[in-house]
Amino acid sequence: MSSTGRSSLNAAPAIHATELCRYYRMGETLIRAVDGVTLTVATGEFVALLGSSGSGKSSVLNLVAGLDRPTSGSVIVQERDLAQLSREELAKYRLHTVGMVFQSFNLIASMTLAENVELPMRFAEVDREKRDGLAREALARVGLEARMNHRPSELSGGEQQRAALARALINRPQLLLADEPTGNLDSHTGTEIMNMVREFNQKLGMTVVMVTHERALAERYAHRLIFLADGKLVGQESNSAVAAGGRENGARP
Amino acid sequence: MKLPDLTELALRNLRESVLRNSLTTIGISVGVASLVAMLSLGIGLQQLASRRLMKSGLFDTVVVTSRRDLRNFGREEERNGPAPAESRILDEPTRREIERLPNVLEAYPDIRFITELRYEDKPHLTMVAALPPSAQSNDAFEAVQGHFFSSDTAPEAILQKAFAEELLGKTPKAGVDETKVAELAAPLLGKELTMRYAEREAGPTAPSKSANDNSKAPADQSLAGAAYSVISREQKLKIVGVADLDPESMRGPTRARVFLPLKLAESLHVMQPTDLREISRAATDEPVYSSVSVRVKNPSQIQTVEDAVKKMGFNTFSILDASKSIQQFFKVLDVFLGIFGSLALAVAFIGIVNTLVMAILERRREIGIMKAIGASDGDVKRLFFAEAGAMGILGGIVGVALGWAIGQVINLGTNIYLKSQSFPPEHFWSVPLWLVAFAVVFSFFVSLAAGLYPAGRAARLDPVQALRYE
Repeated sequence: MSSTGRSSLNAAPAIHATELCRYYRMGETLIRAVDGVTLTVATGEFVALLGSSGSGKSSVLNLVAGLDRPTSGSVIVQERDLAQLSREELAKYRLHTVGMVFQSFNLIASMTLAENVELPMRFAEVDREKRDGLAREALARVGLEARMNHRPSELSGGEQQRAALARALINRPQLLLADEPTGNLDSHTGTEIMNMVREFNQKLGMTVVMVTHERALAERYAHRLIFLADGKLVGQESNSAVAAGGRENGARP
Repeated sequence: MKLPDLTELALRNLRESVLRNSLTTIGISVGVASLVAMLSLGIGLQQLASRRLMKSGLFDTVVVTSRRDLRNFGREEERNGPAPAESRILDEPTRREIERLPNVLEAYPDIRFITELRYEDKPHLTMVAALPPSAQSNDAFEAVQGHFFSSDTAPEAILQKAFAEELLGKTPKAGVDETKVAELAAPLLGKELTMRYAEREAGPTAPSKSANDNSKAPADQSLAGAAYSVISREQKLKIVGVADLDPESMRGPTRARVFLPLKLAESLHVMQPTDLREISRAATDEPVYSSVSVRVKNPSQIQTVEDAVKKMGFNTFSILDASKSIQQFFKVLDVFLGIFGSLALAVAFIGIVNTLVMAILERRREIGIMKAIGASDGDVKRLFFAEAGAMGILGGIVGVALGWAIGQVINLGTNIYLKSQSFPPEHFWSVPLWLVAFAVVFSFFVSLAAGLYPAGRAARLDPVQALRYE
């Protein structure tokens, strides 16, 4: 359980968290959402954060995503200490280094798929002519080219999550963070999404951190499983079947 | 985010909650409209007043009198300068000298006298005044029934309305006189008047007119033998016009009820009160004027011309000071009207704040998403600013149109009322281009100011909290 699973992958760590803490105050009580987590994720690694609800797995992900700041400790991603970045620099970091997918897809309802996918490029000030082509390309990669002018409400959950994946990847980030990406999907579409995530991990060399409470899902795709409980890291497990190159495993139904 | 993207996103967001944003924009429009309406009214009234006053000739005219005219002696403004007896005489060469001053359009003598006019063998006593050709453009003579003098020497007369009534044997009613000028003019135009007057004729022993600058040495001229005769004459005049002129107006030829062409009046050498005062000049044919009216090219040059004429040693009078206080009045009026107009805009301001704060609550999750995918605080802030600004510009444009329309309606309504009260229509509503631009820009900046707080609040939103919000 306690073995570190960065064996066959690149040496420089993508993520390095040391004594990471995030406390909230809710009225009189202090909630220790993340309480002294130390972990390292190698570049190109696919890691699953496992734990029950309230274990602090999503909070760890938010800290890595730069959406939240640690109460104490440090998170170093791609050799940048997120705690030291200004709000502006954190936004830039989220824009260029991280791509995120969520359980509830989080597409903007008033925009078409193409506009949703294009949105991060607007923030990155990519030229309009370039944006159209890239958005189309990204939607084609997830098989949604035909639906690019539809609004999210006109699509199934699986299609929405595919569009969210296309959006997460549009600015070519090195890191893909997924928060229960299959939580709102049936098992078939969930598999479809996970296969895409794995493809990005393998073909694009992206580092993937996925939060889930389904151990089976994690075992099927992740190189390493990290267990959290009450904001503390309680164990790690290298998934030899996946990490050792048994990559066909996950493709099985 | 680039400006075109920002604008596009802002407009898209405005379209998303079209009802609320439209209502807010209408609120701004009403504010801008009331501001535009108020200011237009102020500007229009000011223009109307100054147009009227300009036309009245009061604001471009300086009345010059000789210091020898002792009626004003001892007044504060007359204390400086030479003693009356040593100052110059207001005669023809002086008039020409004044006319040559820079910025002077014309200088004409005020000739007026009381005399007897006979119409259909009945005598009527009245004040007669001479009018220069330029009086034709005066608004009082614009609406003359018949026509203005055919030439400056024509033996023609224009009658004042009340005198026309007198000639026709009608007694003017007290209060508002509603008799139509045209009614009075019809039986009189083309008829003949006989004017009896006293002509002053230089005596036979008059010295030659060599001393043009007689003002320098009035005492040198010998009184011995100098004489002039006063001869009773008659002049036939054709009535060419009847003017609805207020005899109480402040204009130069006041209280005169019959008007003659200036050159004709001059050629008659009618005995003037000054002829008695300037007895030393009795023997010359050159007229001496009791006063000369100087018309200035532009009202703004009145002061300069007045100063120049004063330097020549004459007394001057203009209504410049009165005009200054009138302009001050309109400035104050504009400020007050502007404040009332701005009150409506202040209400609109609160409307924008409310709409945007509501929008933040409603779009909390969307803001969270945008931040999660890389929007900076600045991006979010600018987006809300752009929405406020877009509402401001749209509201401003609609408001200006609305204000203009309100103005037209009020203008129309008032003119219908004026017409029913048989007054001529007036254009007292003016929306100058600068006001249009000012209103739109003002509305834009007021809206941006209204967006300040909501935009800041949206930018500070914690993305983790915002994403959790359903």
